[in-house]
Amino acid sequence: MAAVVGVVVFPGTNCEHDVVEAVGAAGGEGRLLWHGDTSLGGVDAVVLPGGFAHGDYLRPGAIARFSPIMQAVGEHAAAGGPVVGICNGFQVLCEAGLLPGALQRNAGLKFLCRPAAVRVTAADTALTTGVEVGTELSIPLNHFEGNYTCEPDTLAELRADDRIVFRYVDNPNGSVDDIAGVCSPGRNVVGLMPHPERASHALLGSTDGLPLLRSLLVTAGALTA
Amino acid sequence: MQFSVLVETRLRAGVADPEGATIERSLPALGFDGVSGVRVGKCFRFVVEADDEAAARAEVDDMCRRFLTNPVIEDATVTVDAGAAV
Repeated sequence: MAAVVGVVVFPGTNCEHDVVEAVGAAGGEGRLLWHGDTSLGGVDAVVLPGGFAHGDYLRPGAIARFSPIMQAVGEHAAAGGPVVGICNGFQVLCEAGLLPGALQRNAGLKFLCRPAAVRVTAADTALTTGVEVGTELSIPLNHFEGNYTCEPDTLAELRADDRIVFRYVDNPNGSVDDIAGVCSPGRNVVGLMPHPERASHALLGSTDGLPLLRSLLVTAGALTA
Repeated sequence: MQFSVLVETRLRAGVADPEGATIERSLPALGFDGVSGVRVGKCFRFVVEADDEAAARAEVDDMCRRFLTNPVIEDATVTVDAGAAV
């Protein structure tokens, strides 16, 4: 049976259908989940997709972390279940404390909407199981607040534990240490600014996101097996 | 008692502020020379009900830590005045 990936919809989320479609292309089943629900309905993995949850009011992710479903997402993560935050979803995971650090405005104050070269720098995470370290991927960016920042201690810990999952080849937004994505200590919670779902079909110009989504399905399947 | 509260949040010292830097670079074009240290933030004004000023301040500090700021990158200055401003 195909692994089921729950895709959380907050008011203002706008990438949920793209993620469901891309999960299907990778061989899984995507299922929309409403932010006001308190249960994940038995899905194997969770994706917090891109958009502007709750209008990005206060700060991106600052209100979304209080949505009822976030407690279930936190419990799923604590139990070792795969949770992935893409773009706005990454911001939500940072605000919720499921990932360290914060995403502030891009250096240069430019909204970035273009493909970026991203290098896989850590294996065995929910998104990079079976993907070789050093693999370079072309994946679209679409953000204004993607400038990853954290305390020096946190950065040292991320490096020591091999938890910087993706790095930009040419840093477009000022992120510390070229960070495009990080993971939790258990490696099951991953956040990244690039949009793998927008690189999931030849018609979109790149299929480089598919190996990442397949990894998610593999880790989701491993959990239920 | 009611207390009127002003919370000003900004990026912490040492955290790059691209918006502040852009404004600072733009000021000389309008003839405002010699301006430095521009930092951009937000302010929140509201009224809280509390037994005394210390209790009001404690509540607002907690609010700042858990919601109004992201402590990873921001800090806040809190001003509390007795008597609600209308």
